[in-house]
Amino acid sequence: MRLSYPSNIKVIQVPCSGRVDILHLLKAIEDGADGVYIAGCLEGECHFLTGNLKARRRVNYVKKVLEELGMEPGRVEMFNLSAGEGPRFVEIAKEMTERIRALGPSPLRMDEAA
Amino acid sequence: MIVADRKPLAEILDMIKDMDKILIIGCKGCVTVCNVGGAKEVGILASVLKIARKKDGRPLHVDERTLERQCDPEYIEQVKDVVDEYDGVISMACGVGPQFLSQAYPNQRFFPAVNTTFYGGAVQHGIWEERCAGCGQCVIHYFGGMCPIARCSKSLLNGPCGGSAGGKCEISKDVDCIWDMIVRKKMAEGRLEDLMDVKPAKSWDTARDGGPRRAVREELVQ
Repeated sequence: MRLSYPSNIKVIQVPCSGRVDILHLLKAIEDGADGVYIAGCLEGECHFLTGNLKARRRVNYVKKVLEELGMEPGRVEMFNLSAGEGPRFVEIAKEMTERIRALGPSPLRMDEAA
Repeated sequence: MIVADRKPLAEILDMIKDMDKILIIGCKGCVTVCNVGGAKEVGILASVLKIARKKDGRPLHVDERTLERQCDPEYIEQVKDVVDEYDGVISMACGVGPQFLSQAYPNQRFFPAVNTTFYGGAVQHGIWEERCAGCGQCVIHYFGGMCPIARCSKSLLNGPCGGSAGGKCEISKDVDCIWDMIVRKKMAEGRLEDLMDVKPAKSWDTARDGGPRRAVREELVQ
């Protein structure tokens, strides 16, 4: 298909979205990422049954933490799509990029931004 | 186990607002099992505090340790070489931990990151319920293995009150009436007459009402 998605997105492959831990999401934010999202399989289609559901709960936990810290919970997100949906992957990448661009850079990098 | 809940982040951030270098100490005992103060949660809290402070432009140095337990001096001793290097120390153990630490290291300040809530167990993954009130005089065998001291809102020993309706307690629809459960179990067992024994007023001497408690096992004391 040779589809292209925004180049600012850094893809980290994991065997299952259930492998993504709260700490992975937090460390990305801590190290200055403007946003983090998980692209997991469709709900009900997890090869390991509940990996993507666990990932969603972890994303929700981090959203709550960000809210408690006065940061935008929208900086982390969970998306579900199948491995065959290349165009949807691109759509999500663009959607997330636009959302983060609207929110602005991470407040943790304010010094760099200035 | 002892069950606890993490304090709100704002409260923890307020405790350390004047500090630039802290240590967070977790506990591998009860608080690890109830997912609130083990190595994993120490890591999460450390990361969250660093995010919060970095956001405010005052980065925080956080080190992490998790002790086998914080209710035994031999484990508390394991941090003796490092504990005074910090502006303050956060303990993620139950209320016992920061007290043992404070006593062992009088020159350091220790802060609790969790609220110790009750003695209980996990009824399902992620949900814990109170089962014991630590009254010092166990009576569960009279009540079909259920404790009316811990699980009845009024700690009644001689049957339910008028607030029991549809198996629920009047304080909340989410709280089971333990007396409803006790009576149903005794009926199912055909042992309802067990409950005809009137239980006299309980002595609370062995509970907190008798003052702080202490257990001495002479065969172990050295």
